[in-house]
Amino acid sequence: MPELFGVPVVVLLGQIMLGLINGSFYAVLSLGLAIIFGMLNVINFAHGALYMMGAFITWILLSTVGINYWAALIVAPLVVGLFGVVVERLALRHLYKVDHLYSLLFTFGLALALEGLFRYIYGSAGKPYPVPEQLTGVFKLGFMILPIYRAWVIIAALLVCLLVWLVIEKTRLGAWLRAATENPSLVTAFGINVPLMVTLTYGFCVGLAGFAGVLAAPIYQVSPGMGSSLIIVVFAVVVIGGLGSVGGSILTGLSLGVIEGLTKTFYPSASTIVIFVVMAIVLIIRPAGLFGREA
Amino acid sequence: MTTLLHKTLSFANNRAVRWLALLVLATALLVAPFTVYPLFLMNVFCFVLFASALNLVLGYAGLLSLGHAAFFGGAAYVTAHTAKAWDWPFEIAVLAGMCFAAILGLFMGLIGIKRYGIYFAMITLALAQMIYFLAVQMPFTNGEDGIQAIPRGTLLGLIDLSDIRAMYFVVLGFVILGMLLIWRCIHSPFGHILAAIRENEPRAVSLGLDVARYKLIAFVLSATLSGLAGSLKVLSFQLAALNNVSWHLSGEVVLMTLIGGLGTFVGPIIGSTFVVALEHFLATSGLPVSLVIGIIFMACVMLFRRGVWGETKARIAAMIEKPDSDRH
Repeated sequence: MPELFGVPVVVLLGQIMLGLINGSFYAVLSLGLAIIFGMLNVINFAHGALYMMGAFITWILLSTVGINYWAALIVAPLVVGLFGVVVERLALRHLYKVDHLYSLLFTFGLALALEGLFRYIYGSAGKPYPVPEQLTGVFKLGFMILPIYRAWVIIAALLVCLLVWLVIEKTRLGAWLRAATENPSLVTAFGINVPLMVTLTYGFCVGLAGFAGVLAAPIYQVSPGMGSSLIIVVFAVVVIGGLGSVGGSILTGLSLGVIEGLTKTFYPSASTIVIFVVMAIVLIIRPAGLFGREA
Repeated sequence: MTTLLHKTLSFANNRAVRWLALLVLATALLVAPFTVYPLFLMNVFCFVLFASALNLVLGYAGLLSLGHAAFFGGAAYVTAHTAKAWDWPFEIAVLAGMCFAAILGLFMGLIGIKRYGIYFAMITLALAQMIYFLAVQMPFTNGEDGIQAIPRGTLLGLIDLSDIRAMYFVVLGFVILGMLLIWRCIHSPFGHILAAIRENEPRAVSLGLDVARYKLIAFVLSATLSGLAGSLKVLSFQLAALNNVSWHLSGEVVLMTLIGGLGTFVGPIIGSTFVVALEHFLATSGLPVSLVIGIIFMACVMLFRRGVWGETKARIAAMIEKPDSDRH
């Protein structure tokens, strides 16, 4: 069996693959965080809880109504997105005028409440979700065995990221968004309904978190705590990458996933903290983050 | 009506009345452990100190830390381990916990203090999560089981602390000392400088103040006192567990400060007493704690950002203002 740095190549590639999957989730979530921060100046702590909500909706749809994975892939992000729209309209909107820390604290409370609610109803234990039939099985690549579902997750997440990036950078809608980020009152003067755009942006990005939750359901166990543990890592990713650039957050998310995977191969006990260590080092060397502007 | 209010206020400002109020409070604290479950009161005291320590950075210096559980829980583990495995006496074990919290605070402060507002909150949260994962993995913490049956030892080798009332008064004494230190700090030039930085940082910089250094000092002081609170709690309950380092606790202590009133001395005392009592009640009621806490959190941010004490102070001030403006 071929080895690299004393580790079988198969194991190494397997861990890099797992790292890429984690990285895809980091990328999708930090992308949403970055866009929300750009438009609303809000750090959405509830992003993890909404990702968890997406996964739970998927699980509930299958276990109670029998609605399958593919339908859930559309329904769950919509429900989560609608929920986000309501939250933005009822609460976040009224916090734009005050210190940004209050909106962070609000979403923090929302995350606590959502996690508590799901824990109360469904208990703490993880719920298994079956991989959809069409995506069961593996690709035999010769040098490694790749479960089809994992390949699908990476491709789907990357496609979504790419699509969002294209929309923001290359379309008229994206131009409006970018302009509204820079100068909302000027964009309003051009006859564009900025408050509506803000609401929809929040709803869309939150729906993106819900989408990530659906992708995650068959890989990780669906549990109330799955969101909070992920969101804190994503915060570290965001601090490393800086919130300024959409492309930057995708790239940082993926590469940190791979770094985590590599750490798991060579020094497993450090794998849970490696991202935080990287964050500390980056902050010491480059306080504004890799792609960041100083906030 | 207003004259009555003025009379009441001047009465409250009377020196003799203040001493009387203090005397009543002191008597209540002395009698309390014989009527109320002492462990509950000790828990309240520890959180009063913890929330007040956080208020020093959050309320006075305007730094939102979402990682204070790392200091509280980190110190708790260090105290627990040194007291149990190494048989360190009470005072030294507590001191070890505080030292750990101080060093950790210095480390987090040095890394994070250059970044403002939201970034600072995320950095402290992430670094605290690192401490959490370390606490899960390190062998001496026993992971999910935690460190159990921690001996309390004796105070200065004289007073046996296994007696719960003796421990009550020791905890009370330490917490009062900590609170006096905080009181001294916020009423000193140092406290005023912190407030100046919070209100207008560029102006503080242009006044020639080394802003980063003052923030760092406040942060380390806050971390150390949070460590003291954690060490006292762990010796009171004789159990060190993972919930002391989790991000939920960091959030709860922010809530305690917020609900009582940011930047007021009395606020965190009210807030922490309320939240601890509420959790005590919820624990037996079967209702989900974090759901209720989360809802209160959101309500607090939406409806009364000044907190109970801040709101009361503002109301009274408004009522005094009115008759004056009538006269002119």
